[in-house]
Amino acid sequence: MSEAAMARPAIVPGEISVQGVSKSYGAIHFRKEVVHDCSFTIERAKLTVMVGPSGCGKSTLIRLLAGFEHPTEGSVTLDGTPITGPDRDRLVLFQETALFPWMTTWDNILYGPRARGEQTKHTVEFGEFLLAKVGLQDFRDKYPGQLSGGMQRRAELARAMINNPKVMILDEPFRGLDAMTKELMWEYYARLYEENRRTNFFVTTDIDEAVFLADRMLVMSNIPTQVRAVIEVDLPRPRRLSDLVESDRANDIKKHALSILHAEAMRSFSRGSKAAADFVEAYLKRASRA
Amino acid sequence: MKKMLSNPVFWRGAVSIVVFLILWEIGSRSKQWMAPEFFTPFKEFLGAMGFKKDYLPWIGAVPAPSAVLKSWIPVLGQAGYWQSWYMSFFRVMGGFIAAMIIGIPFGLMLAVSRVAHDVGFPVFEVLRPIPPLAWVPASIIFWPTQESAIIFITFLGAFYTIVINVLGGARSIDVRYFQAAQSMGASRWDIFRRVILPGTLPSIVVGSAVGMGITWEVVVAAEMISGGGSQQAGTGGGLGFFIWNSYVGGSYEQIVVGMISIGVAGFVSSELLRWGGRYVTPWLKAR
Repeated sequence: MSEAAMARPAIVPGEISVQGVSKSYGAIHFRKEVVHDCSFTIERAKLTVMVGPSGCGKSTLIRLLAGFEHPTEGSVTLDGTPITGPDRDRLVLFQETALFPWMTTWDNILYGPRARGEQTKHTVEFGEFLLAKVGLQDFRDKYPGQLSGGMQRRAELARAMINNPKVMILDEPFRGLDAMTKELMWEYYARLYEENRRTNFFVTTDIDEAVFLADRMLVMSNIPTQVRAVIEVDLPRPRRLSDLVESDRANDIKKHALSILHAEAMRSFSRGSKAAADFVEAYLKRASRA
Repeated sequence: MKKMLSNPVFWRGAVSIVVFLILWEIGSRSKQWMAPEFFTPFKEFLGAMGFKKDYLPWIGAVPAPSAVLKSWIPVLGQAGYWQSWYMSFFRVMGGFIAAMIIGIPFGLMLAVSRVAHDVGFPVFEVLRPIPPLAWVPASIIFWPTQESAIIFITFLGAFYTIVINVLGGARSIDVRYFQAAQSMGASRWDIFRRVILPGTLPSIVVGSAVGMGITWEVVVAAEMISGGGSQQAGTGGGLGFFIWNSYVGGSYEQIVVGMISIGVAGFVSSELLRWGGRYVTPWLKAR
């Protein structure tokens, strides 16, 4: 075992259970229910991916899981304990980068341990290990503004992982990256996950991303947000993009998920959702290509 | 130095200053070149517009740069002139540093604490629209010495700007940074120290730069109104008083000397500030 590997703390994966959660916003007469009676489990040591059309309330769910907001009804628990506020147990990677612009890559990565006054020789070694893992050794003294979009996301992954959370929550983390970078990020992220098997919860609108990464896939319905279907993605690991392109099984899963999403989009389309109209168009394009 | 000479930015700046001085010289000498018969219709036209007939309006009455330079050279040897520089700088720095020392924590406090904001902001907002110069009579009466009165007025000039900028800067820090820090287990103090403070620094720098400009405006006016602060006559009472004294003494060239001196002084102080600002916010230039 290398010295760097010894610096790695033991991973304790957690399990999050969402039971009958509803969340609504606004004053009494203008209440809008975004999440209604939503239940699902983020299973221990698995990568659960939530797919659904944009604007379907996924980000609201993330805020509930992170503890930034509280459900109107129902409960969110981590290993049986109710979630009351933000905690290092559940770290969130947001859509936009939240790296501190005034800190170098290295200072950003070490932020968590330093903020808690826990910086030791081991955390520094673990930091070095993670820095190498996300391929940013040459950029340790650069500021986030000097990094590319993909590098920023990787630095952020490292910044979260140094805290050794029980659950990692990722809210469309690779959105806005160009296609090439995105695929590179998928491989980086999949490798990180396959090496440590932490509990991961990954939210996306991208079905290719979902199938490539997921152990379990939660297909969501539109507002109010509910789980429409759970698909077990039993593709072998470690996964490589090149293998996946040719996999019939992957394509079957993709088609299955898409058909559910399509039905869902048609339903909200008939109720006049703009996002659904975009989705139907995208779906038809995709179907004609396949 | 060599780098500066090969920099087009430097040359553009140099050319613009030289062209400005040449145009000024020509304009100031309009009395001479407008003497020939040839210009008679033009002079009549100026007269019809209500201006003096024998030189270009306004600029013809201003001393030419060559004349200004001629009267500047002996002034350079006077201790009083340098005393004026020293006095004005001393007052500007005194007021400005006091404004930073009081204004930055005050602004941060307003931004961080709901209660402090509710209690402090209304008073601040009522006092803020009062121009610093409106404080001159009151502060001359209430401060023990004229010197402290002038420094107080200078302080007011920078204080409001710094506070408003710090408050706005701290308020506009993205909520994601707080959420990230919070979920990684940072304490309130740590969030203040490592998120709010550095996140506000760019606004502190901007506020200080603007505040510095205002201090120079205010100090000059305060010196003129309060008669230079110190009792000694002559040119020992700051650059503002130097100008006023030149005006009273009828030395128009020296008025311009004083004006340009203030321009240079203001430029030097904002340049120093900008340099300091770049030093404390290294991540902003690193793009």
